[in-house]
Order: sequence, then C-alpha cells, then structure tokens
Amino acid sequence: MPAVAETLNTVETLTQSSYKWGFETAIEMDLAPKGLNEDTIRLISARKEEPEWLLAWRLKAFATWQKMEPPRWARVGDHPPIDFQDAHYYAAPKKKPGPKSLDEVDPELLAMYEKLGIPLKERAILAGVEGAEGEAGESDRPQVAVDAVFDSVSVATTFRSTLAKAGVIFCPISEAVREHPDLVRQYLGTVVPASDNFYAALNSAVFTDGSFVFIPKGVRCPMELSTYFRINARNTGQFERTLIIAEDGASVSYLEGCTAPMRDENQLHAAVVELIAMDDASIKYSTVQNWYPGDSEGRGGIYNFVTKRGACRGARSKISWTQVETGSSITWKYPSCILQGEGSVGEFYSVAVTNNHQQADTGTKMIHIGRDTRSTIVAKTISAGQSDSTYRGLVRMLPKASNARNHTQCDSLLIGDRCGAHTVPYIENRNMTAKIEHEATTSKISEDQLFYCRSRGLSEEDAVGLIVNGFCKDVLKELPMEFAVEAQKLLQVSLEGSVG
Amino acid sequence: MNALAPSAAGRDNAARFVAEYQGKRGRLGDLAARDAAGDWLSRHGLPRRTEEAFKYTDLRPLWERDRPAEPSGAGFAPALLDSLFERAGLDRDWPRLVFVNGQLDAALSSTQSGGFAGVGGDTPDHAVVALNTMLAEDGASLHVPAGTDAGRLVIVSLCGPGTDAHLRHRVVLERGAKLSLIEIASGEGSYAGTVVSEITVREEAALEHVRLQQDAADAVSLSHVRATVAERASYDGFNLALGAAVARHEVRARLEGSYGIVHVNGAQLLGGTQVADLTSAIVHAAPHTSSRQTVKNVLTGRARGVFQGKILVNRIAQKTDGYQMNQALLLSEEAEIDAKPELEIFADDVKCSHGATAGALDEEQMFYLRSRGVPRAEARAILVRAFLEDAFDLVADEPVRALLEQATEGWWDGADALGAS
Repeated sequence: MPAVAETLNTVETLTQSSYKWGFETAIEMDLAPKGLNEDTIRLISARKEEPEWLLAWRLKAFATWQKMEPPRWARVGDHPPIDFQDAHYYAAPKKKPGPKSLDEVDPELLAMYEKLGIPLKERAILAGVEGAEGEAGESDRPQVAVDAVFDSVSVATTFRSTLAKAGVIFCPISEAVREHPDLVRQYLGTVVPASDNFYAALNSAVFTDGSFVFIPKGVRCPMELSTYFRINARNTGQFERTLIIAEDGASVSYLEGCTAPMRDENQLHAAVVELIAMDDASIKYSTVQNWYPGDSEGRGGIYNFVTKRGACRGARSKISWTQVETGSSITWKYPSCILQGEGSVGEFYSVAVTNNHQQADTGTKMIHIGRDTRSTIVAKTISAGQSDSTYRGLVRMLPKASNARNHTQCDSLLIGDRCGAHTVPYIENRNMTAKIEHEATTSKISEDQLFYCRSRGLSEEDAVGLIVNGFCKDVLKELPMEFAVEAQKLLQVSLEGSVG
Repeated sequence: MNALAPSAAGRDNAARFVAEYQGKRGRLGDLAARDAAGDWLSRHGLPRRTEEAFKYTDLRPLWERDRPAEPSGAGFAPALLDSLFERAGLDRDWPRLVFVNGQLDAALSSTQSGGFAGVGGDTPDHAVVALNTMLAEDGASLHVPAGTDAGRLVIVSLCGPGTDAHLRHRVVLERGAKLSLIEIASGEGSYAGTVVSEITVREEAALEHVRLQQDAADAVSLSHVRATVAERASYDGFNLALGAAVARHEVRARLEGSYGIVHVNGAQLLGGTQVADLTSAIVHAAPHTSSRQTVKNVLTGRARGVFQGKILVNRIAQKTDGYQMNQALLLSEEAEIDAKPELEIFADDVKCSHGATAGALDEEQMFYLRSRGVPRAEARAILVRAFLEDAFDLVADEPVRALLEQATEGWWDGADALGAS
C-alpha cells in the first residue's frame, strides 16, 4: 500500500521535527516605515506606479476600514488585539541586475527554493536567471506555472510565453494594473467589495501584490497555475489580492500553497481572493495552507483572516474550492460561492486540522440566486491537542432559486480530550422547490479501527495517520495530484505528538 | 438610589415594560430579583435581530403593539375554555390549573398547586426571562414527592385582547417521581404572553412536558424552559406551535447526572405571515447522557419557521449521545425555513450528529398517490400527515398525543393550504 509506505516514511523523517518549513531567509529588503495612514497607502501606490483611480479606491477603502470594528463573532477565542500601526505594510527585495546563472543567485534564496521543493529549472526562472525561461518551456515534465509571491513582490513568473500563446494572462496583480488596467478596473472589488468586512477593507487599502489570471473566451488553460506564498521579512503582514476571471467557456485550475518561516510574533495575513466565472466557465481553486501554527505552548503563529469568494455569474458556470488547512495559529476563512447564473455549480471541499493551541473557524457560504443551481459541501474537521476547530457555513436559497439543490456533509474527529470541535451551519430556504440536505457527525477514532491497524503492526501514530487520511479521503481526492501527496504528509506532520 | 435608572447605553424598547413594573412595584415580592431584571433590561433592551440569538426572529411586535387603555377582563375565558373541551378534545377530567390574563382563576381550575413560587434570584442573562422576572405575578408551583406518579396535570393559560400576561412556573420532581405536564396556551385578540418554567428533575424522576401553543393570530407568544436533569432522570419535552403572529419556544436543559436523558421535540405548523421559533440549548455536563431532538416544520403562505438547536458537550461528558433532526416542508412559494443546528463539543468519546432537510413535497410520492386515484388535495394531506407522524410518535402518552393530533386537524381547516392546487 503506497499510502502506508508514504505515511511511515513521513513519520520517520519527521519524528523530531517541529516545523519543517520554519526557516527565515535574510535578504536585503526595501521596507516601508512601520504604521498605517494615508501616507503609507500613497507610498505603496507610488512604489507600484499605480494609476490615480486605484489610489482613490485604496483611500476610500481605508476610510471605510477606519470606521469598522474587527469581527468578534468567529469562535476563535481571545487573541491579543492586533496593533495595526506596529507593522510594515510594504516590503520588496532590493533590485539587482539579473544574474547570469544560478551560481550568481543569492544562495539564501536558492536554499529557500530547495526547502520549498521547487524544481531546479523553475528555480532558475524564479531567481531571474537570464535566458532560463525558454529552456524550461521545453521541459517534458507536467507543466505548472508558478507565480512566486516572495513577501510582497512577485519575484518572477514562469511559463509566461506558453500561457501568452493560449491568450492566458497570468501575472502579478501590480503588473496587471499597469498592463491591463481596463480588465482590473472592470472586475476588482466586484465580488468582494472594499466595504465587505474589516479585513477585506484593510486588504483593499494596503494590498501589495497577488496574482491576476484572465482566461479568455473558450480557452482551457494549458497548465495548472500555481503560486507559492511566503511570509518572509519580520513584521510584514501580507495582503495579497488575487483576481481570477474565466470568460465564457474558459476553464482553469489554480493552486495556492503556503509555507512561512518560524518566528515569535503573531503575524497578520489578510488576503482577498475574487473569482469570476462567466457562461460555461469553470474555476478550480485549491489551497494547501501550512503557515507557522505557533509552538506547542501556543506562542507565535500566523493570524490567517482571509476573504475568498467566487461569483458564478454565467449560466452553467462552476467554481470549486478545495482547501487543506493545517497551519496558522488562528484561521478565519470562508471561501464562498455566489450562484447567480442558472444551472451554476458551487463546491467546497475542506480539511481543517488543528493541534496544540491552534484555532480554526472555517467553512463556506453558498448563496443560491439562480434557478437549477447546485452546491456540494464536504467539510472534515480534525481537532487534537488543546485546539478548537469550528465549521461555520451558510446555505441560502433565495426566492428565485427554483429547483436548486444543496448537500452538506460535515464530519468532525476529536483526538484527545482537551480539544473542541464545533459545527455551526446556517440553513435558509426561501424557495419551496429548492432542496437542502445537511448532515453532520462528531466522533473519535474508534477503538476497533485502531486495534485493526495495530494488530497489523502499525504503530499508534501511523495508525492514526492512516485513519485520518481515510477520514479525509473525500476531500483529498479533489486535490490536484501534486498537492494530494503534500497534503497527506501535512496531515501527518500536523497531528504529530497528538497521540500516545 | 434608583436601581432602575437606565444607563447611558439603555435601549428604550423595554421602557414601557419597566415603567409598568415601577407602577406596580409596591405590591410585588422578590424586589431584589425584579429590580435586577429591570436594571438589566434597561441596559440591554429587548432583543433585536442584530443579536445572534434572535437573528431569525423579530420580536418588534412585542413592544410596538398598541395597547388599549382598558385591557379585557376575564369574561371571555369560560367560553374559550369550553371550546378547548368541545373542539380541541381536552379531557374535562384531567386535573387542571387555569390562568386568565396571567392570574390563577380558581373557579375555572379543577385542582390546586402550591401557589406562586416567586420569580427566583438568578442573575439576569436573557431578555425574555428578565421581562418575565420583572413582571410575573403568578404561576404554578408543582412539587411531586419522591416515588410518586402524579399522573397528568394540565396548565391552561388564556389571554384576552390587549393584555400582557407573564407566568412563572416552578416544577420539582423528587427522586423517582413522575409527572405528565400538559401546557395549553390560547387566547383572543392581540396580546403578549411570556411563560418561564423552571424545572428540576431529580434522580430517576421522569417528566413529560407537552406544550400546545394555540395562541390567537395576533398574539406574541414567548415561552422559556430551564430544566436541570439529574442522574438517570429524564425531561421529555414536545412543543406544538400552531398559533400566534410571533412565537418562540426556548428550552435550556442541563444534564447534570450520568445516564440522564433530554428530549426537545416539536412541530411547527404555520401559515399566513406567522413566525415560530424553536430554540434549544442542551448542555451535557455529565458522562453517559443523551439528548434527542426531532423537529418538523410545515409551512405555507408567507410563514417562516425557525429552528436553532445547540448541543454543548462539556469536557467531562464522555460517552454523550446527541442527535438532532430538523425537517421542513415548504408548501408555498413564499414560505421560508431558517435552521441553525449547532454542535459544540469538548469531549472526544462522544457520538453527536445532526441532520436538516428542507424542501417541497416529494413529487414521486405525490405521483404514486395520484396514479392510484387520490385527489391532489387529499394526497397532499396524506403526505404531510406522514411527515408529521415521526414527531408525534415521540409523545409517549397516547391520550396526550391524540390531543395534539386533534389540534392539527383544526389547523388543516384554518390554513387552507392543502386545498390549494
């Protein structure tokens, strides 16, 4: 059984590990002064050479944000209030002329790519080695385009030419603002308005970078698009802004993977992701999130307060969210679908794992507006240590959502008797022909299952890993291949030390 | 010192109730508890929809209602009670306590209780309870001695036009005691009623608590049950909501001894612009406890059914078995169901689940009946009755179940939903 071998292998390599990706890279940074005011926003906008309308939009968002209160309804316990003035809102690696070969590249950066497991050729491209791009384009291996967000500025984007041939735009959003201002202006903030919530407003005011994807009519994106997010410099909150637009009949699969260096202070991460699918378009958005969760005493760790929302604007369009959430000390995340086009489809597949003192409040919203819309929610929650994990979801059928359907399955697994697992679904039906089904269960790993595995020679930790992977199978199978393997390992690592 | 002076954050939607209290404060007991409740209400106000617990239920009719200068007397009560016997099929022989406009009517009652037990001294934490604490002047005090089977007891609350009625009941079942408590709420015209029942079920005792809410179409009907359940004891509750413009039945039960059982079942049959809300919070505070909830909603017209059910399992409550099922049938285009079944679990060795469904009648089942020559309206009635059956079956006491079914029969006529095509 490959899964077992994989599991054993992982456990072996990680028995003494605390946080595998806990490293920090010392690279020269161009930092904005600490603090948040209109000048900070003007500085960000100026550094990014933004047009006037975007600055005005940022300032309006900032004014809105100043009048808002941080949300308190999420079940994430007490965390110290965040001092929004005590952070840098802009950090960019200092520009140097492009290196001629990998030998000239900052070894620190290369070491980081190594740890991230980025293939050699892609490393060259990411590091900006001149002439590397064409070479990599010829490669035989399955193609994945990477837009690495290295702190706030996208260092490089690979496979640009291949994508350009297909008519796909995949670039940092700051670049899109310069090169495709009309597209950005048309769609930015139309799914998540600047006034949507406290953190979305903050993001709208100070976002520094993120990805922009535009798939034109009828185009199937020729490769998986992928972004590696890293939070690197000390005290720089990351405020990515991602905007993905799939025109009529277009389709794309987007992967987002996150790792962050180990550090002592809590760090805020408040991203906004907007997806727009027109007639017959489909967007698949997959996330593996393993930011630093804090140490076993609950010190440090990332605050992950993210707003992700997709609009199925066109008929028969489809948006599918898949997430594996294992990191962050506090997660507050509800990838949602607004099902507006008739016959449109929304999906949400989620695994959330919390251990030690982590807290996660995550789920989805499915807003059915159009007729014959369908949505599926599969959420698996695993709590261990002294953590708390909450599924919070909304399914709303509006009066015109005739024959709409929803099926929701929420399962929680508790490991140990000091953790908590909670389920808070909101179910609202205002159309008699719409049908909602919701099921939720909470249980622990049964003695029978454990005994079965143990009697076949698995250690307790391996047995738990195997059972947990089985528990999450419905979600993991929705992940793209290369992510599925990583996700299985992550589950193992996250639950380390929770048994025995 | 005036304990009732509203603070700066005071909200005026409770002001008229606080003023009413101050008017009659001189002749009431439990002043410390009542003052505290009034003070709390002045500070917090009555709940609005911006509060999470009242997200789906708007209580505005409670304080925005016009109240006539001269509320009704008790004259309407005998005829209304008669109609409960004649039409609703309430057994005249069952011992009963009848409250009219919030006061015991000894002439209409056929038994006695221990009298009014006062409003208690808990720290206020809930607006409806605080309102009741401040204003309740009467209620039943029932004490069932150890090992006694007290049989059935009926509490009828009747309200007349323009009245506000606040009842506070206290029910204590000693070790091994049994009681089947039937509560009926009815009335005429526009009125508001709150009833708070403080229930203690000691070791191995069993309380069956069935509530039939048939309030008048313009009424605001708020009931609140607080039950503590000891080892091997059971609280078996059922609420049938048929009447009122706005109704909320809230149950807060606490399982304090192992092998205790709590049931909070119910059915809500609503039409017109009615809103009925069944809210429950069941706390499992001891190991090996179990809770069960089956709630059915049948909604027509522009009615809205609300179900909020929370199961909280404390760290200590290993081997908890919790189950919730909420189902809704939407029979018209404008009916709405809002459900929030919540699990909050802190113990690992538990079995908790919930399910919720909402939708129209199954077209295939309809087709099956129609193809066998059953007219459409009748076919609908058969299917709706079958849908409700799962809930009614949970009422163990057969004559009581018959009473509920009889009450539903009347609803079919009134709602006229099933006659529609």
